[in-house]
Amino acid sequence: MRYEAPSSVEDAVATLAGAPGAHVLAGGTDLLVRLRSEMIEPDLIVDIKRIKGMREIAPEAGGWRIGAAVSGAEIGEHEGLRADWPGVVEAAGLIGSTQVQGRATLAGNLCNASPAADSVPAMVAAGAVARIVGPEGTRDLAVIDVPKGPGKTALARGEFIASILLPAKAPRSGDAYLRFIPRTEMDIAVVGCGVSLSLDEEGRVTAARVALGAVGPKVILVDAAAEAIMGRALDEAALSDLAAACSKAATPIDDKRGTVAFRRHVAGVLARRAAVIAGARAKGEQA
Amino acid sequence: MALDDSKKPRVFKVVGTRPDRPDGIDKVTGRARFGADMVAPGMLTGRILRSPHAHARIKRIDTSKAEALAGVKAVVTRADFGTVPDHVAVIMENCMAGEKALYDGHAIAAVAAISPAVARQALRLIEVDYEVLPHVTDVDEAMKPDAPVLHEGRQEETVPPGMSQNVIARAEFGHGDIEAGLAKADRVLERTYRTAATHQGYIEPHACLATMGADGQGDLWVCTQGHYMVRNTCAAILGLEQGQLRVTASEIGGGFGGKTTVFLEPVALMLARKSGRPVKMVMSRSEVLRATGPTASTSIDVKIGMTKEGRITAGFAELRYQGGAWPGSPVNMGAMSGFAPYDLENVKTVGWDVVTNRPKAAAYRAPGAPMAAFAIESAIDELARGFGLDPLAVRLMNAADKGTKSSYGPTYPAIGLKATLEAAKAHPHWTAPLGKHQGRGVACGFWFNFGGDTCVSLNITPDGTVTVSEGNPDIGGSRASMTMMAAEELGIPYDQVRTVIADTGSLGQNEVTHGSRVTFAVGLATIEAARSAKREMCRRAAKIWGIDEEAVDWEDGAARPAGPNAGKFPPMTIKEIAAVASKTGGPIAGHHEVTAQGAGVSFATHMADVEVDPETGATKILRYTVFQDAGKAVHPSYVEGQFQGGAAQGIGWALNEEYIYGEDGILQNAGFLDYRIPVASDLPMIDTVILEIPNPGHPYGVRGVGETSIVPPLAAVANAVSAAAGVRMVQLPMSPPRVLAAIQAGG
Amino acid sequence: MSRIHVTTKINGDATEFLCEAEATLLDVLRDELGLTGTKEGCGTGDCGACSVTVDGRLVCSCLMLGAEAEGCEITTIEGMAAGDQLHPLQKKFIEMAALQCGICTPGILVAAKSLLERNPDPSEEEVRYWLAGNLCRCTGYDKIIRAVLDTAADMRRAS
Repeated sequence: MRYEAPSSVEDAVATLAGAPGAHVLAGGTDLLVRLRSEMIEPDLIVDIKRIKGMREIAPEAGGWRIGAAVSGAEIGEHEGLRADWPGVVEAAGLIGSTQVQGRATLAGNLCNASPAADSVPAMVAAGAVARIVGPEGTRDLAVIDVPKGPGKTALARGEFIASILLPAKAPRSGDAYLRFIPRTEMDIAVVGCGVSLSLDEEGRVTAARVALGAVGPKVILVDAAAEAIMGRALDEAALSDLAAACSKAATPIDDKRGTVAFRRHVAGVLARRAAVIAGARAKGEQA
Repeated sequence: MALDDSKKPRVFKVVGTRPDRPDGIDKVTGRARFGADMVAPGMLTGRILRSPHAHARIKRIDTSKAEALAGVKAVVTRADFGTVPDHVAVIMENCMAGEKALYDGHAIAAVAAISPAVARQALRLIEVDYEVLPHVTDVDEAMKPDAPVLHEGRQEETVPPGMSQNVIARAEFGHGDIEAGLAKADRVLERTYRTAATHQGYIEPHACLATMGADGQGDLWVCTQGHYMVRNTCAAILGLEQGQLRVTASEIGGGFGGKTTVFLEPVALMLARKSGRPVKMVMSRSEVLRATGPTASTSIDVKIGMTKEGRITAGFAELRYQGGAWPGSPVNMGAMSGFAPYDLENVKTVGWDVVTNRPKAAAYRAPGAPMAAFAIESAIDELARGFGLDPLAVRLMNAADKGTKSSYGPTYPAIGLKATLEAAKAHPHWTAPLGKHQGRGVACGFWFNFGGDTCVSLNITPDGTVTVSEGNPDIGGSRASMTMMAAEELGIPYDQVRTVIADTGSLGQNEVTHGSRVTFAVGLATIEAARSAKREMCRRAAKIWGIDEEAVDWEDGAARPAGPNAGKFPPMTIKEIAAVASKTGGPIAGHHEVTAQGAGVSFATHMADVEVDPETGATKILRYTVFQDAGKAVHPSYVEGQFQGGAAQGIGWALNEEYIYGEDGILQNAGFLDYRIPVASDLPMIDTVILEIPNPGHPYGVRGVGETSIVPPLAAVANAVSAAAGVRMVQLPMSPPRVLAAIQAGG
Repeated sequence: MSRIHVTTKINGDATEFLCEAEATLLDVLRDELGLTGTKEGCGTGDCGACSVTVDGRLVCSCLMLGAEAEGCEITTIEGMAAGDQLHPLQKKFIEMAALQCGICTPGILVAAKSLLERNPDPSEEEVRYWLAGNLCRCTGYDKIIRAVLDTAADMRRAS
């Protein structure tokens, strides 16, 4: 195996183009586990952390562009991100331990394409867009469209994610992410739910995006859940409809982390709880 | 010199204080050397090829390609070991499969190579031709007459005819007449309980470094709970004389019973012998979980009769434990211990030892007892609550005491169970208010404790300081305890004594660090060794003073004339005696070799508060208190640490830990990600109350404390969860999906 | 397979090493540099025994390649004491018996030091969550958490 740490996107793209079996290294918290367990044996590792901009969080069009190598800890320490997208920040902060936070990235969490990735439902709810670079140039792709199934992404050979854009936050909007794990830390999500919504002056929902993780082969954007609360105040009836829509939309499997019945039920529970938090944030309350 | 413990109540000067542990600085600076931290010149890396099948006949192993790979210095299979003595035959089979692979992860072959990368590559070049066989991993399934059979001809005569060959043995304990007792009850509760297999979960993977010369002399550096056991076992397997193999125990990064046998060690020695080079082997975490020794999974039927006043009229339990691929599950200890806290006229337990296609169970802290306690303490709790009785009062009413004939036979001397129950009842925790969805559970636990072969040498250096050599790896601060007991007995300050763990060449046979035996048995031997040194120092003083040695006493670190008639001499301190030792008869030392008896049984009561989220089934531990008899707490901080650690492991067992096997018989969660031991944010502070009911079998009254603390928590947490969720939980772990399903089914 | 030359600063000392591309920082520390105070408990980032700081950031050294350390400042448990002067956390861990077997202790100390540098007055909950990635199987965490909180209080008083 070889290791390269190019200093420009162009170099990185060229290096990747010359090595079909290469893997991109950003935070490495998934890649090194796979290397160690001999699940992968790449000829080349391309470390993108030394490329300019990869470790930066920059304002853009009212939102934030987050470089592919920005760690969870750096996201958690960023005042602007915390103010605008607390749900995404919390989701990123749930990936692994403090130690993992020192390295893990949003882009890596997305490219790992695990259905249970914590940051992905939050990013999908937020309407995040990935900027992809590759031999054919640069393209933008909505985060929801990046994962294609467990371990599979829409990235073509030689492409990698350079950054992720969280859009401008609309007025009276808030987001939240909750996940269920058996312990209080260190587990993979059994169910995850990201909610982003906007309210009118009367507290009625004017826009909503609800995304579920770990209950299907990839993250699920539940339109029916958003529709269930559109135009309504987040009262008990609306929240129950939201929960029911999420439970219905979930298509989970039984595995070592949870059962179908459990995941379906908890998808609704988390959606309701996350919506309450997002709603409070939209109203400018601390939550 | 006269020594008499019974003269007056002992006032301790060192014992009972909390000095810094002697290995403290090494352990907080990273200097302490654990199993994987040792290197040797020319060292090779050893690796093991493991079975990908739960059950398979090994038709052929071809190692020729691996042997031909550049950098490979030795390849070993079962054939290299030849025939081994009967008493180590199963251990041999577990270390390296012979005719069959019996579980996912079973060792098939091993290589030693110049680097980890070459070793890894060599493993891939070993060709194994398997005939995959049907497998069974569940205890109840394995007992069915048509279950796939692991071994023919191992079944004992205790098993009735017609049962599966997987059922190895049946054992029965108890006294009285169960049917007559049940007839007197106002209610008879019958329930079946199940527990999953759990792993000790020590953070340090197994590791060793072996050297083996052509002259038959070997050296082994190893993390183990018992290097004498490692020596004896490896010598038998490799056909060495025990005296030719020197084993040195590294610092040990946790064991909890899991390091009381060998896995890598004979293989490393064989690779070293074959290659002529030192060989280091270190397991990965996945290997630790797949192929070391977790504890049994169980299925237990309980039938208990109780009067409406809370008196237990009869207790019966039938326990089925699978202990992995060979006989030896800890079912008998479960069957003996489950009812041990109670004074029962009619009690009977039946234990079934069952084999399955899982790794061979090793000891895990109070082996076999936590599962039995879970079942029996859950049933007692359900009966008590059903009658509207206070579960602590019911336990007190039935509690065993001095003179009680125990459920497993012996009659108890002074024991501490009632003291723990009284302390629990009086503790503010018991009456603290609970909120919505919260519940409180209590449970009792018992453990036998052991003694065993023990040697200690205590040397007085020329400057009068003291070194203690003992043969039991220090797994949680025992060097501090030995140092304290030596200082106490000699009447000198703690910092004048240093305790080391000697290698197998330096002392006689020492039993493994298990059975909560070290502070008791090694402590006893340390005290006796100190007494022997004191006697010698009194003799030297007598010689110097020209008086009779009977006329010299030892007090506060000095020899003194025993009374006014003995003569008028100023005391001679240990330093003064040591300084002239060469002129009074030579170097001074004390030693003691013993098969320690009288370990003194141990009891605990645990109390847990939990909150259950009715929408997700998640359990949060809110508060936890341990009440346990320590006999005499030598270093109270480390006694508390044992209480807390056992409770935490028990909480993990109760809530989340389990071996999960797929339909294919492959372990699904061979890592710390999905084998979920408690993390810091899962637990509250764990309060402790140390009771001290002296053990008559130890000079200072010490009882072992290490194991009892894991016995009650499974049931204490289950009783609390059942109270909080409003539904009785009878299966562990009480994972959120299981609790939620129970709530939904019950509600 | 050529080895990669890496220049770093480890515990304040300029350090160069050669490593294979696939070697983790943990492999390098333990096997190349003899810094065996950093432990391997899992190799998958789930136990925290291999915790070190890289440019001031707490990481699992098993989840980082040695090659990535080029130009970085690394601190391990061996760099925690100043000569024979133990760090207050080290002293407190001994004094309060916050270790039993000691295998997780280096990682926990490195992690706790990193916490106190960021947050000199953490709550019990903050300590517990910060250390959630550091598994300890012996202590039930009680004495560890108390030792960290107690050290934090001492250090606040001293400053």
